[in-house]
Amino acid sequence: MIQQIDYFVIAPPLALALVAGLVLLLDAFLPARPRTKTVLGLVTLAGVLIALGLVVTQAIRGGPPRSTFCVPADLAAPAGLCSFVVDRFTLVFAGMVLVAAVVIVLMSMTELAAGGIPVGEWYFLLLCTLVGAVTLPASRDLIMLVVALELVSLPVFALTAMKRYDGRSSEAAVKLFVVSVVSTAVMLFGVSLLYGIAGTVYLSRLAAVFSGRAPAPGVAAGTALAAGQDLPAVGTVGVVLVVAGFAFKIAAVPFHSWAADVYQGAPVPVAALLSVISKAAGFAGLILVLVTGLSGQAATWAPIMGIIAALTMTAGNLLAMRQRSAVRLLAWSSVAQSGYILAPLATAAAATAQGATATAALHAPTAATAALHTPAAATAALHAPTAATGPATATLHTPALTAVMDSATPPETMPMGAISASMAYLVIYAAMNLGAFAVVMLVSRTATRNELDDYRGLAFRRPAAGLALAFCLVCLAGLPPGLAGLFAKVFVFREIVEGGSGWLALIMAVNTVIGLYYYAVWAARLVTPAKATAPTRHRPPPATWLAIGLALVAAVLFSIAPQLVLNMTSFSAFG
Amino acid sequence: MMGWLPVALLAVPLLGALVLLLVPHTLRPLLHTYGLALSGVTLALAVLLAATFDYGRGARIQSEVDLPWIPGLDLRFHLGVDGISLPLIVLTALLTFLCFVHLCWGGARRAFVRARPRALVFTLLVLEVGMIGTFLALDLLLFFVFFEIVLVPMYFLIGIWGGAGRRAASIKFILYTLLGSVVMLLGLLLVWTRTGTLDIEALSAAHGAGMPRSVQILAFVAIGIGLAVKTPMWPLHTWLPDAHTEAPTTGSVLLAGVLLKMGTYGFARIAIPILPEGAMAVAPWLGAFAVVGIVYGALACLAQRDLKRMIAYSSVGHMGFVLLGFATLTPVGINGALFANVAHGLITGLLFFLAGGIKDRYHTADMPSLGGGMLATLPRLGSVLTFAAIASLGLPGLAGFWGEMLALFGAFQPANGLPRALFLTYMVIGGLGAVLTAAYFVVMLSRITHGRPQAATGAPADAQPEAEPSEGPEEEPWEGPWEGVTPDERPVVPLGSPEKRSATATLKPSPAPLPPDEPTGTEPTPGARRTVDDIRSYELLAWTPLVVLILLFGLWPGLLLSLTTPAVQTLLGAAS
Repeated sequence: MIQQIDYFVIAPPLALALVAGLVLLLDAFLPARPRTKTVLGLVTLAGVLIALGLVVTQAIRGGPPRSTFCVPADLAAPAGLCSFVVDRFTLVFAGMVLVAAVVIVLMSMTELAAGGIPVGEWYFLLLCTLVGAVTLPASRDLIMLVVALELVSLPVFALTAMKRYDGRSSEAAVKLFVVSVVSTAVMLFGVSLLYGIAGTVYLSRLAAVFSGRAPAPGVAAGTALAAGQDLPAVGTVGVVLVVAGFAFKIAAVPFHSWAADVYQGAPVPVAALLSVISKAAGFAGLILVLVTGLSGQAATWAPIMGIIAALTMTAGNLLAMRQRSAVRLLAWSSVAQSGYILAPLATAAAATAQGATATAALHAPTAATAALHTPAAATAALHAPTAATGPATATLHTPALTAVMDSATPPETMPMGAISASMAYLVIYAAMNLGAFAVVMLVSRTATRNELDDYRGLAFRRPAAGLALAFCLVCLAGLPPGLAGLFAKVFVFREIVEGGSGWLALIMAVNTVIGLYYYAVWAARLVTPAKATAPTRHRPPPATWLAIGLALVAAVLFSIAPQLVLNMTSFSAFG
Repeated sequence: MMGWLPVALLAVPLLGALVLLLVPHTLRPLLHTYGLALSGVTLALAVLLAATFDYGRGARIQSEVDLPWIPGLDLRFHLGVDGISLPLIVLTALLTFLCFVHLCWGGARRAFVRARPRALVFTLLVLEVGMIGTFLALDLLLFFVFFEIVLVPMYFLIGIWGGAGRRAASIKFILYTLLGSVVMLLGLLLVWTRTGTLDIEALSAAHGAGMPRSVQILAFVAIGIGLAVKTPMWPLHTWLPDAHTEAPTTGSVLLAGVLLKMGTYGFARIAIPILPEGAMAVAPWLGAFAVVGIVYGALACLAQRDLKRMIAYSSVGHMGFVLLGFATLTPVGINGALFANVAHGLITGLLFFLAGGIKDRYHTADMPSLGGGMLATLPRLGSVLTFAAIASLGLPGLAGFWGEMLALFGAFQPANGLPRALFLTYMVIGGLGAVLTAAYFVVMLSRITHGRPQAATGAPADAQPEAEPSEGPEEEPWEGPWEGVTPDERPVVPLGSPEKRSATATLKPSPAPLPPDEPTGTEPTPGARRTVDDIRSYELLAWTPLVVLILLFGLWPGLLLSLTTPAVQTLLGAAS
């Protein structure tokens, strides 16, 4: 059996991977001169831009979602079960990650110029992370998701530890490593439980099983799970464990405690990467699993998401209030922002409830005919080389079910508004957070401790940087003139109010106010005259200014025309 | 037809601010005139708007602009003017212009130049955009956006140019008001999810159709809390005295003159017309809080030593009258509320200008330290202060009277469906509050303007407190409530020399040793002071329009009432 691979579809990650290899080779063979650093940086930048160009080309071509790594057609899979799908969701995430990557590469150039960090390895690892981050939103099966997520995480440990001889950096790396590995283990366990129940790793197939449109081979009676009906306990455990795994990645409560130490210990560009790219990857995976795979069980996970969101924003904001270090403050603030991004997902249950019950009522009788399924099919499939095809083909022997599958229209049951709000917030958050990190990067070159007091009078010493930081902070706080942040919050609030979760809206309202406190205190410091600092006229490299400018332009653009973000993130359906 | 006017009203200050941001240094020498010119143009546009307004159809929205902005949110850039918003827009433009007048020439000028003039002009212009935009917006979310725009500039205005306790005051201000406005946002979104539109015009015309009573009540409470924080209503007012006291003169003037109006305007524009049933249900509570605010504000004023703080608390009382007017849900009451709104903006604006002027001269606003006899030492300043105070306490014939009278009159005969006995009680308590208001202003005048100027010493800036007899007779009747405070007024003896840095500073020709953050005025030599240092010409320029308008609206209230009446009637349409 020959897999047909659509290389155009996988071009962006492929390009990144090739450039990663190229960078490693160049580092090995180019003479070790200062200029080599710049060359490697530019090659990396070019690679990212090429990948971005490919993503844009894919977006412009439009048309129906394209997919590859599918179960071959001659096996007559129902609706194509594919591992790699490029649709709007994928493109938005990939595009956002790559634009963020441009900013981070520019920041890295400044960081690396100081010396002390091996350049080739840095860019190689950075590109590897990006490969994972671009692959992840395209993944449509559980194994691919886990692999992509690991590809995002593993290089980051090394990147964090790159500042050798810095105790703090090593500590951060170990912390991140332990936390991440534990979370991976937890998630894998959850994934295996889900697989055990559904007998498939494909998300679309999982969705069918968990909303009762297809039989669940792993359930004792072998019957279908009616949507709204309680999952068997093992299923609930599986859902919770998978959510927990992703919660580690996005630093949601109760798995948030690593954030501040790791952000502070890591070089600033890596902290920015963790807070934007790594986090975006985590959210992409979470949304994919929950909304594409487990939409039928929204009643199980939506309340959990609500509670996690509320706790995350509250804990993040409260912890951020007492911080003196700029990076630590941003770390906690980004935890809090994760809470805001999670909040709309809590309303998914309300959105899916009607649709799901309707389809369940429709399919319950036919689904019962699938009783011939046995767990054996699932276990046998484990040993087969193409793991997931086994159960998928098995289903086809029940003609009644195929008919059901064809008529099923999963998109209608999906909480599109909620996802759209989450993603819009994420995109805007990426812009404003990167802007803040870029300025922090600039200041960290002159102030090693990088405490809030080092920002005193920044608006006078470096008006452009001070103004940019002030704007980003106001954006993060969600006040005009930072309209981007304000509208991002409005999107989220609208979803919550519409979904009827008044309590969550109130908690978020209070949190917005708490958040404003530390942003305002920091912003006020920017314009407080410094007490006679020795002006170290230190010309920051142009790359930093480019990074700040890029993030700032995005934030300003989103402030003037938030519709751009909404157009990007409002989907008709997943592919 | 005149759709460009509202846009121009926003664009002029906004573009002005942006230019200031883009070419920081070229404008430096022209900075004073730059701000003055831009706010002048804005004022001219506002006057033009008033001139082209079709007074025959005051209830209709005029000069409308309606452009899509964020289709994904239904947010439209929808602006327009009607009889309710027009006076407030003109008031805003006027007060901002007068603030620039005050800043440009004046004793403030030297401090102004020293303390980051560019940032100050920038802040004030952005503030103006937010204030005017709030009154123009006809889209719920757009209203919210403009409502929020004022927060950051005001935060910096207090936080950078404010007095000694500015840090705490500015943080308190912004957190408090943000909490209010986020809750308001939830209410607005609730309205939106239930009706599917954000258009204020359409929503007011629907008079709450499509929303069940429970939703209306919930939305009214949420929106009301947000507006009440800004207004401020009694239990939510605690940010106000600090913010007013610490803010620089221009900040206080705009805060009292315009920002508070944004809260009350929201009631007239959004809460009452869009949610009539909710308003009906909550009105008795609103009225209760309003009268508590009236009495509380008056009592708090009696206990104040600081002039600015006293004026700040008087705002709580005055806003209580405005809220009481709204709570009656009758055309009379709401007309009164809107009138009181504008009158309060004029009068309190003037009072804060005066307080700023006094603080400039004496370097303190502590009333006992100011001593008495201002009418003798600075006769013009003293008489304008007397005028403003009397206007504020509601003397018939001046602007302050009509609004309060109409609000109380509305409470005498509230809308059908409201408990009349309760509102009669409110009216009586409110009337009592009016008496108390008169009391504290008279006390204030007796402390500052009347009495003998300090025994024999030269400059008024010496801040010698009154000699015993001069205060005694006049104040005795009022002394009851604040008996405990009285001894405080005369810890006196050391005041002249050691601890009052301000007092010694003014005796010297140059105010150089003063702390840099204190917006000090130019202080001529002590001998020349008494004559020269009365009202200065720029102050006269800044204050005269306010005095004239207070007189005009006091003598001819119909001018304003004829403008608001038709609009109020349509607004109440279904409710009454």
